Amino acid sequence: MAEKSTFERVRDIVVEQLGIEAEEVSMDSSITEDLGADSLDVVELIMAFEEEFGGEITDEQSKAMATIGDVVTHLDAQ
Amino acid sequence: MGLFDGKRGMIFGIANKNSIAWGIAQALAAEGAELGFSYAGEMLQKRVEPLAESLGVTFVEECDVTNEEAIDALFAKVEAHFGKLDFLVHSIAYAPREELGGRFVNTSREGFRIAMDVSCYSLVALAKRAYPLMPEGGAIMAMTYYGAEKVTPNYNVMGVAKAALEATVRYLAWDLGQNQIRVNAISAGPIKTLAASGVSGFRKSLNYVGSVAPMGNVDQEDIGDAARYLLSDWSRKVTGEVLYVDGGFNIMGAPDPSADEKE
Repeated sequence: MAEKSTFERVRDIVVEQLGIEAEEVSMDSSITEDLGADSLDVVELIMAFEEEFGGEITDEQSKAMATIGDVVTHLDAQ
Repeated sequence: MGLFDGKRGMIFGIANKNSIAWGIAQALAAEGAELGFSYAGEMLQKRVEPLAESLGVTFVEECDVTNEEAIDALFAKVEAHFGKLDFLVHSIAYAPREELGGRFVNTSREGFRIAMDVSCYSLVALAKRAYPLMPEGGAIMAMTYYGAEKVTPNYNVMGVAKAALEATVRYLAWDLGQNQIRVNAISAGPIKTLAASGVSGFRKSLNYVGSVAPMGNVDQEDIGDAARYLLSDWSRKVTGEVLYVDGGFNIMGAPDPSADEKE
């Protein structure tokens, strides 16, 4: 089996956290508006991303992440 | 037979599955405890209710511990549901995000007041309502952190609030001793929880503690097991104590230079 892409790993975390379907998540999805995450969901997602990918995501960085694509770009760059 | 068969208790401070209070709840439920949960704010409801359901806990109520009427109303429900209580777990702390980083000297009066009210006074407020429901004695337990005693940069006003909380544990232990109620605290090593994520640079401090502590970092299960001791008759004359469950971090004065080689 091929190794999962960053997007797939992020998507799986988001699906698990928010209880939504994988099909609903795309690179353009807004985490709060399209996927319906509340402010605590966002904190929990950041924690889960840190857990999965290692490293720390600062407040400033997390505030700049509006879409799934923003998250993937950040994680690929770190 | 479980250690907590026939014992009833309230747990305050479950936010989600990473909460220390959730680790404690699971440890006590596994030993037969009958539990009630109280959480802070509507946003936590969808997180706490599924957890409660998974343990068969039916008493789940929201309560703002800074509101006297809300606490009175909650304890009226507690009394109606449980009749009496054997124990209470306080795992509540809050400070405004902007207070948990940067220069301590800039701590605001309002931030200080909020941190003390939510994280410290709430223990007195809950104990005041709980002790009449413990006519045959009981146990109260709070959660503290080493930042109460030694400076943990960025923990800031929360360290001050935890110091006050530890003193509150001792004063309550004195006062409630006459009611055969024990009051203790666990000083847990750092654990990645929702609350911890509010402290700037938390991961760095988690990694540091993990590398210095003789037994490394702790998890929610470690705290749950220690809670079984402090809330059961196995600690029947232990009161006013702060029990470290921190992998031994607090005894260290310097990191072990050979630690890197051991890895």
